[in-house]
Amino acid sequence: MDTLLLKASGWLAIVFLAFIAMVLAADAGFAVHMAIIALAAGITLWVTINKADYAAIGRGILKAPADPGTYDDDPIRWGVIATIFWGIAGLTVGLIIALQLAFPVLNLNNEFTTFGRLRPLHTSAVIFAFGGNALIATSYYVVQRTCRARLAFPGLARFVFWGYQLFIVLAATGYLMGVTQSKEYAEPEWYVDLWLTIVWLCYAAVFIGTIVRRSEPHIYVANWFYLSFILTIAMLHVVNGLSMPVSLLGSKSYAAFAGVQDALTQWWYGHNAVGFFLTAGFLAMMYYFVPKQAERPVYSYRLSIIHFWSLIFLYIWAGPHHLHYTALPDWAQTLGMVFSVVLWMPSWGGMINGLMTLNGAWDKIRTDPIIRMMVLALAFYGMSTFEGPMMSIKAVNSLSHYTDWTIGHVHSGALGWNGMITFACLYYLVPRLWGKQRLYSLRMVNWHFWLATLGIVLYAASMWVAGIMQGLMWREYGDDGYLVYAFSEVVSAMLPMYLIRATGGLLYLAGAIVLVYNVWMTIAGKQRDEKPMTETPHNEELDKPIVGKPAIAPAE
Amino acid sequence: MSYEALRHFADSWGLLFLGMVFLTMIGWTFRPGSGRKHNEAAHMIFEEDHDDG
Repeated sequence: MDTLLLKASGWLAIVFLAFIAMVLAADAGFAVHMAIIALAAGITLWVTINKADYAAIGRGILKAPADPGTYDDDPIRWGVIATIFWGIAGLTVGLIIALQLAFPVLNLNNEFTTFGRLRPLHTSAVIFAFGGNALIATSYYVVQRTCRARLAFPGLARFVFWGYQLFIVLAATGYLMGVTQSKEYAEPEWYVDLWLTIVWLCYAAVFIGTIVRRSEPHIYVANWFYLSFILTIAMLHVVNGLSMPVSLLGSKSYAAFAGVQDALTQWWYGHNAVGFFLTAGFLAMMYYFVPKQAERPVYSYRLSIIHFWSLIFLYIWAGPHHLHYTALPDWAQTLGMVFSVVLWMPSWGGMINGLMTLNGAWDKIRTDPIIRMMVLALAFYGMSTFEGPMMSIKAVNSLSHYTDWTIGHVHSGALGWNGMITFACLYYLVPRLWGKQRLYSLRMVNWHFWLATLGIVLYAASMWVAGIMQGLMWREYGDDGYLVYAFSEVVSAMLPMYLIRATGGLLYLAGAIVLVYNVWMTIAGKQRDEKPMTETPHNEELDKPIVGKPAIAPAE
Repeated sequence: MSYEALRHFADSWGLLFLGMVFLTMIGWTFRPGSGRKHNEAAHMIFEEDHDDG
C-alpha cells in the first residue's frame, strides 16, 4: 500500500509540475508539450490507483494468449502493434511529402503542413518509431529466447515501451509546431532528448539485466549486435544532444558546439545512427530470425563475429563523408572516405553470411515468401552497402552530393533492407506471439513482397536518374563560362522522376496495408482457405507396379 | 590536453592500441578448438525447439 501511495503521489507531482510549466511556458510549442506530459502522467496516475486490471484488459483487446509463465511476451506484442502502426503513419507521410515535391500546392499554404515540417516527421516516424519499436520488440524477444531467461525488470521493460511512445509523440508534435534543434535525425529539442536518455538507459538496463540473468553460458551473436546498438546509440545521442536551453521553460536551445565542430559531431552522430541503429540493430534481427526461419544455423558463426568487430571498429569513423567539400579539414574528409570504402568488406561479409545460411535450402526462396523477403532484405543490404562506399568517394560525391541520388540510396537501404527484414520478422513473430498455427495467409505475404519490391525498384531507379541528371545539370558550364541551367530549370526537369518516385512509395505503402490486414486476421484467429505456395507433384497413373514384367528378383 | 597533442596521440598510440585490440578480437575467433564452440553456438538457437516445443 505504501509503495502504491508513493507511486501515485509521484505521478501526481509530475502532473502538477507539467501543468505549472505549461502555464509559465515561454513559447506555445513548450506549452503544448507540457500539456501532453501532464496528460500522460495523469493517465499513468489513473492506471496506478485504479483497481481494474489493465494488463488483463489490454490482453483482451489484443486477443493475447494467457501468460504461460515462460517468456514475458506482453511488451513484445505491444511493440509489434506499435511497429505496424508507426510504419503505416511514417510511410503515409512519406507518400504525402513525395507528392508535395511533385505538386507544391499540397503544402496547403499552411505552416503545419509544409514539406519542411513534414519531412522530419516522416524520417523520424520510419526510423525511430517504426524501426525503433521493431528493434525494442525483437530485442526483447531474441534476448529472452537466446538467454533462456525471462525478461529482467518487467516493470521497467513496460516503462521503456510507453516512455518510447511518449518520446515519439513529443518529437512528432514538435516537428509540426516547428520545435526543432535543426540536426538531421536528431531534431527533438533538449527536454525531449533528456526524456529519451532516461528511457534509453532503462532499455539498456532491461537488456543487460536479462543477459546477466541468462541460463545459457554463451551469449548468442545477435545479442552482441543488439548490445552494441543500444550502447552506441546512448553515446551518440548524449554527445550530439549536448546543448544549452535558452530558458528552462522554453523549447529553444543552442548546441554546445559551433561551426564545423558542430557539423562533424552531427554527422558522427548521423552516420552512426545509420551504422548502429539501422545496421547493427537490424543485423541482430537478421542473425536470429533468418536462421530460425530457414531452420538452418548461420552459415559461419566465426564470420558473424568478424563481421561484428569489423563493423563496429570501422563504422564509427565514416561520418565525415557527409561533409565532403565543406570547411571540414581535408584529411578528415579523406579519413571518412577511406573508412567508408573499407567498410564495404565487413558489410558484404555479413550479407554473404546471411545469404549463405540458405546454402542447401535455396528452394525455400520459391516456397517460403518470408524467406524470400529476408533474402531481398539481404540483397538490398548488400546493394546499399556497395552504393554507400562508392558515393563516399570524393570524385563520385562531387556529382552525387545534395542531389536526389542520396535520397535514392537512403531508400534502397531503408525500404529494401530495414523495411523488408522488419516485415519478415513481423510475419515470423505474429503467429508465435499470438499462439496461432500459422499466418492468415502466406499468399498475401507474397503479394506484399511483390508490391514492396516493385515500389523499391521504381523509387531507387527514378532517384538515380533524377540525382545524376540534377548533378550534371548543376555543373554544366557553357562556352561563355556561365552555368547553362537555372536552378528552376533543374527543378522542373525532375517532375517525371518525382511522379515515378511517388508511385513507388504508393506501391510500398500498399504492400504494408496488405500486412496490416494479414496480421489483423491472424490475430483474430482466422486462416485463409488458399492454395499452398508449393505442391509436390504426384502422378496417380504411374504410382503402381509395372504390369506384365516380373518384379526384379531379390539378390541372393 | 591540447588539440595538437590529442591528435598526435590519436594517430600514433591510439591507432596502435585500437588496431591491436581489433586484431586480437579477430585472432581470438581462430584459436584452436573454436570451430566446435562456434558450431555449438550456431545451433544453440534451435535447442528450444527440442526442450519446450
